[in-house]
Amino acid sequence: MATLGDLERAVMDLLWEHQEAITANTLRDLLTQRTTGDDTVAARPLAVTTVLTVLSRLEKKGLVERERSSRPHRYHAVTSREDHTAELMLEVLGSAPDREAVLARFIGTVSSGEAETLRKLLGR
Amino acid sequence: MFWTSWFLAILAVALAWPVPVFLARAAWPARAPVAAMVLWQSIALAGGLSMIGAMLCYGLVPLGDNLASGLQGLAQIVVGRQSLDTLGLVHAFALSAAALLSAHLIFTLWLTFFRIERQRRRHRDLLNLLSSPSIDRPDTLVISHQAPVAYCLPGGSRSVTVLSEGLLDLLSPEELRAVLLHEQTHLSQRHHLLLWSFAAWRSALPWLPTSKLAQHAVSSLIEILADEVALRSVSKATLVTAIALVASGSAQLPADSLVADNAAKIDTPETTSARLGRLLAPAPALSAGRQGLVVAGALLLLALPTALLLVPGILA
Repeated sequence: MATLGDLERAVMDLLWEHQEAITANTLRDLLTQRTTGDDTVAARPLAVTTVLTVLSRLEKKGLVERERSSRPHRYHAVTSREDHTAELMLEVLGSAPDREAVLARFIGTVSSGEAETLRKLLGR
Repeated sequence: MFWTSWFLAILAVALAWPVPVFLARAAWPARAPVAAMVLWQSIALAGGLSMIGAMLCYGLVPLGDNLASGLQGLAQIVVGRQSLDTLGLVHAFALSAAALLSAHLIFTLWLTFFRIERQRRRHRDLLNLLSSPSIDRPDTLVISHQAPVAYCLPGGSRSVTVLSEGLLDLLSPEELRAVLLHEQTHLSQRHHLLLWSFAAWRSALPWLPTSKLAQHAVSSLIEILADEVALRSVSKATLVTAIALVASGSAQLPADSLVADNAAKIDTPETTSARLGRLLAPAPALSAGRQGLVVAGALLLLALPTALLLVPGILA
């Protein structure tokens, strides 16, 4: 049984692989192809409306953009997977004012001199 | 009423500047982190209460001898049974300032809450797409990145601990257990609620020394608390090695210069070496009696402005 979260991941993976924008129908076909290989996601065929629901959720989250110039609408990822990873890591390591309240890190930032001393002490 | 307002004003000034400065310089909070945490919360609450209370009491002086009768008098003016002239310009100004400050504090608390919630939701959305659940640990996600990071993202039943692949490569299983215990303590002790309220306090009154000192103190106290809990299950050597490894690893980040540049700008409340130093050469915990004394003092500090405001006739 696939959750919406699993489907969102699968859809994003496909959109990240494709440079150009694709329609919900194409996405549905690609998802079905992908899942017939291993039966983890869809035991029954995926409806296009489900794909559209997932896409509109992703659009609300600001991860996917819809091109309305053609019919049916085409969808593409806002930025690459690497950019999103960088955004995530920037939030973790960076200096956003409320970062400490948003998430709690194991280690704060260390200066390079401090790190040098630590490495020597550890002998690694 | 008049003397009450002066007393509250003195208390407000003391709690805004000299008291937090002394407390931030003191060494004992690290030896009694829970008691120190209670004291900081009490300073913040009593400070806010006496600030607002001082202005409120001063404003109500012409209207009554105590808070209840003063507020009754104010209600009479509001409904129009009594003329505004009984109040006078200066007292009306004090009352408005009290109302504005209360509204400002509540609004900032609320605003900070929503800003933090929004950032967490965005972070969780991205995590759901970019990380994969850890095979052998519940509520743990693994993100594919070389920087060794571990953190927790609070969110009620959806709280998760996030580890990077870089961290998993770097640490031994036992060191990893120390990191996880540390992070789970942040979640189980609800440290994010403390950080939220002190972050709000700071953004509400950024010019007040106490708000910055309090935020720094609280964020290093929660690290001590989390380390203490981890030390119940892993050896000190393990925890120290884990801290040192993660610290030196995150300082030699790959060519991700954007991240490194930003990381360098943080004004960390406490350096990692101070945390390590405390673990390696621990000062003995404060005796139970003294810790009790600190907590009692904190409660008294909070009771003082409350009693001054609510009990009629303590000070004429």
